[in-house]
Amino acid sequence: MLEINQLHKSYAIGDSSLHVLKGIDLSVAKGEMVAIMGSSGSGKSTLLNIIGMLDEADSGEYVLDSVTIKNLTEKKAAIYRNKFLGFIFQSFNLINYKNALENVALPLYYQGLKRKERQEKARFHLQKVGLLDWQTHLPSELSGGQKQRVAIARALASNPKLLLADEPTGALDTTTSSDIMAFLQQLNDEGKTILIVTHEEDIAAMCKRIIRLRDGIIMEDKIVTQVRAEPHV
Amino acid sequence: MFDIDLWREIFQSINKNRTRSLLSGFTVTFAILLFTILFGLANGLNNTFSKTFVDEASNAIFIRTGKTSKAHKGLQAGRRIQLKNQDFVYIKEDFDSETEYIASKVFKNITASYKNKKNNYSLIAVNPDNQYVEKSKVYSGRYVNQLDIDNQTKVIVIGRLVEDELFSRTSALGKNINLSGISYKVVGVFSDDGGDDEERIIYMPLSTAQQIYGNNDYVDQINLTYNPDFDYNQAIDFGLDLEKKLKNRFNVASNDQRAIRIFNRAMQNKGINQMTSVLGILILIIGMGTLIAGVIGISNIMIFIVKERTKEIGIRKALGASPKSIVSIILIESILITTLAGYLGLLVGVGVLEWASPVLKTYFITDPSVSKSLVISATLTLIGAGTLAGYLPAKKASKIKPIVALRDD
Repeated sequence: MLEINQLHKSYAIGDSSLHVLKGIDLSVAKGEMVAIMGSSGSGKSTLLNIIGMLDEADSGEYVLDSVTIKNLTEKKAAIYRNKFLGFIFQSFNLINYKNALENVALPLYYQGLKRKERQEKARFHLQKVGLLDWQTHLPSELSGGQKQRVAIARALASNPKLLLADEPTGALDTTTSSDIMAFLQQLNDEGKTILIVTHEEDIAAMCKRIIRLRDGIIMEDKIVTQVRAEPHV
Repeated sequence: MFDIDLWREIFQSINKNRTRSLLSGFTVTFAILLFTILFGLANGLNNTFSKTFVDEASNAIFIRTGKTSKAHKGLQAGRRIQLKNQDFVYIKEDFDSETEYIASKVFKNITASYKNKKNNYSLIAVNPDNQYVEKSKVYSGRYVNQLDIDNQTKVIVIGRLVEDELFSRTSALGKNINLSGISYKVVGVFSDDGGDDEERIIYMPLSTAQQIYGNNDYVDQINLTYNPDFDYNQAIDFGLDLEKKLKNRFNVASNDQRAIRIFNRAMQNKGINQMTSVLGILILIIGMGTLIAGVIGISNIMIFIVKERTKEIGIRKALGASPKSIVSIILIESILITTLAGYLGLLVGVGVLEWASPVLKTYFITDPSVSKSLVISATLTLIGAGTLAGYLPAKKASKIKPIVALRDD
């Protein structure tokens, strides 16, 4: 599903350069739920950005679903992102002047689907996250948990191979966090491959595999027994 | 390609930022408003020029004579130059391809009476061609024709006001008017855009007048129109050539300004034409300058918009928006604002001209309207201006890296 070999990435800071990723080897199979942990500066976000094709590695190999991701043009990256990946962000990143339904339908617009089809699919995914009744509400009229669920529905809308979540519960309280995690676990049960970047141990424990990063290398990679999240709704 | 969803996106974005969009459009509205008004005024000025001279055909040349002011070829100064029928024939034949219409004229002042009504009018004896040189409009009956000339018939064609004054609103056609003791039959009534004086004229066949009022073949003035295919320079050259040949014919010194005087409308027209084109260029420069200021204004605000929407654009890119779709959103928004704002300016400008046009008449500005072709070219210019204004911001937007845009602050 996902294959990474000897990935290196440096950032130029003034005259010197900062070596962020120092040779990452990683392999993720279909249906896995992986937590990537590490303190800030460990390179976990950079790794996620490269996996998410938002950033490109300096060297190394990255193969996603048998497609080698290399020398992407902006246009190609956009197509791959749309086809392969669903993003979930800490700060939700919903478009504030579009209602819930329009937000969910946006990736489908970039897929070139017809309006009617888009709305139908978007409604289906909103129902899946339990927010069909809120479809006409703007993000500002939703709670944090609801916003994140709309964001998850949006990430699911284009039916991606891989869900990438960057601190998905970082802006949420404990109760809402476990709701969201329970939902992500449910998606994983249904067969979705999920990658979660987090620095919270209890969130990581809810995944099936934990990868710990420190100073740009993988310190630890272990399979864990999944702690099931308690849904409150 | 018409993409309804793209337009939906754009309207949503404009609608969300109404004040901002309005403000950015304002400069363009103002630019087009200014341009429209200036253009309309120039147009009105132009109309006034052409209306002032509607009295005669715009390609008229008048030949008048007087006394010589310089001795020439042994002839003394002060000799009277008299045009005759043979001069008319000479011009008509020697300048056949250069002239369109040609007419001889004899002027008289007469007292006209019908029943108990009496008034003084100018009597002008003419050839049939004169109708076209003077641009007289015969609205009842007919003009002087060749048969009248050949037979020296005692017929007249009277101006609208002559009919009004002598016949008090009954038709003059077929009635006889007494002109200083001789009775003439009215065969036609004409109107003329040149003003009241032009409609207080009585026309009579040239040959009739020559026989009755002097029994000679004298002509007071020869009017002609030059070949309408001539441009101004050709027409002016023709006028000069004509003057030279006539001076030769009458043994007049070439620098004698009084003996033979030729008035050529082409000279006047050329001057007016030059003035209006300079005025047009000036207005174009002012209008373009303002428009460029407007474009820069919109461009500025679009850059600000892009900056403000950096995060949104990043999200869109993460969701799979191609650079092209980002560029079209920004570009079309810019074009839309520019075009709508420009049209508003155009509309207000036309409205102002319409409203002010009665007032402007006092300042020699007639019917200051804007033509259809201007509206079309303005549309194209505005679309071009919008593209120009949106190009840099759109380029900037398409270069936004989602990773930078999505970084949590």
